[in-house]
Amino acid sequence: MPPTDTTPENPAPKDSEGGATPADAAAGKDVATEKGVSTQKGGTPEDEPAAELPHGEAPGIRFEKVVKRFGSNVVLRELDFTVAPGERVTLIGPSGSGKTTILRLLMTLETLDEGLIWIGDETLWHMDRGGKRVPANQKHLHEMRKQVGMVFQQFNLFPNMNVLRNLTEGPVRVLGVPKDEAVERAKGLLDLVGLADKENAHPTQLSGGQQQRVAIARSLAMQPRVLLLDEVTSALDPELVVGVQDLLRDIARQSDLTMLCVTHEMTFAKDISNRVLMFDQGQIVEEGPPDQIFGEPSEQRTRDFLQAVLAS
Amino acid sequence: MSDVLDSYPQWLDGAWVTVRLTLLGGALALVLALIFGMAGTSRFPGVRVLNRVYVEFFRGNATLVLLFWFFYALPLIGLRFSTTFAAVLALGLNVGAYGAEVVRGSINAVPKAQFEATVALNFTPYQRMRRVLLPQALALMLPPFGNLVIELMKGTAIVSLVGLVDLTRVSKNIQGSTGETVAAFSVVLVLYFIVAQILQLFVRYAERRVDRMLGRRLPSEPSLGTIAAGAPGAGVSS
Repeated sequence: MPPTDTTPENPAPKDSEGGATPADAAAGKDVATEKGVSTQKGGTPEDEPAAELPHGEAPGIRFEKVVKRFGSNVVLRELDFTVAPGERVTLIGPSGSGKTTILRLLMTLETLDEGLIWIGDETLWHMDRGGKRVPANQKHLHEMRKQVGMVFQQFNLFPNMNVLRNLTEGPVRVLGVPKDEAVERAKGLLDLVGLADKENAHPTQLSGGQQQRVAIARSLAMQPRVLLLDEVTSALDPELVVGVQDLLRDIARQSDLTMLCVTHEMTFAKDISNRVLMFDQGQIVEEGPPDQIFGEPSEQRTRDFLQAVLAS
Repeated sequence: MSDVLDSYPQWLDGAWVTVRLTLLGGALALVLALIFGMAGTSRFPGVRVLNRVYVEFFRGNATLVLLFWFFYALPLIGLRFSTTFAAVLALGLNVGAYGAEVVRGSINAVPKAQFEATVALNFTPYQRMRRVLLPQALALMLPPFGNLVIELMKGTAIVSLVGLVDLTRVSKNIQGSTGETVAAFSVVLVLYFIVAQILQLFVRYAERRVDRMLGRRLPSEPSLGTIAAGAPGAGVSS
């Protein structure tokens, strides 16, 4: 029985969903107008980058009683939460609270111990065989991963390829896009991230900020529907942070990707997200629109955390 | 001395046998090293066992004993090889076992983050290995491979014991026929050294190519000469 994303079975997420609904609606409206705009003046140069960005049915995400352990250390304890299609959610919380693990589970970089993770109306880690839910095989994971892209803290560009190859290798080899088309798209994406002149450069010749922008372009080249951002500015020099954040803001504005974002940059979180989830010890402590969480958090744990972050 | 040098056709023939065995044995060793090295990084225990069995068996045996097996023992059960083929098998299997460990270690030494990026881009396991892990591991493999190919070249000397006329055999022959012990063995010493240096040149060239592929800038690095000259901090690029 595949549940739809808007009607969670658990009472707990339902409450929280109430808080998020206006934000969802606003996001939906944003997307709609954005689409309208881009079709109206699709020929103008400013709008060309927008055409490179994924549009179309972004799936929602749902965690159902998800448990993740590393040895005896329980990182996620029966975690439930829902992300609506096209919603932008920021995960905050102290280190070790499990927020990065959530992204890594969605990218299949960690295996799930218990519970279910839904992407759209399919489970990521389980598949249907003869009416029974069995652990997913590699083929199922490969299919499911097509919807998901991830940008890493340390960029993780491939040093054995130049910038252009970094962007075309996935589309050509994995998606089977013809070489010319992949190069064309890659150039468009490099233009979008402001590095059109660097296509033949080597990743080692780029600054951290430039590398991260290439990494963002690389993940977009795979045309994901869900984008995971794992502390994408944490490894950057302070003066490079703004460029990357501006780029992500533009992407958020011009696409309808479902985005999950782990960050310690509170202003950025405020700008980019519809909803903020505060984690501690593998559970959601508090959630709500960014203004509420950052402005008047109701939980003492959230207040302590925000104070500590702002003091740093 | 001139007697020794006058027999240069023999020296050349011997050198050619040594070089040929090195190249053929090296090619076999490389293929085996890659196959069994990659098997050692598999996520399937059954495949990893193949790596362990191969490595432990052929690393744990004297090349000469392997050679005796291929040359004397296997013909008795109906497997007959040419002398050269038996030598190439013995050398390749032995050095390939060392090489497999080099390949396995190098692949495992590629940062985990690179593997994770290939998962995030939805590469298949084959594509991960072929497009990302192996090219980067190659940079780590080359220096130890340089060691191994020279080890293998020197190891070819054992074939003189099963009747192949390689450099070592030629030096013995010439020592016998001319009686100039010091001269004969000096020449063979120099010839082995030259062959080793030529092999090393190829490895250096490959290292350079790989460094360029990985975007490690070479021009700014100090030349080998400056490092060899012992300039303090010569290896540290600013």
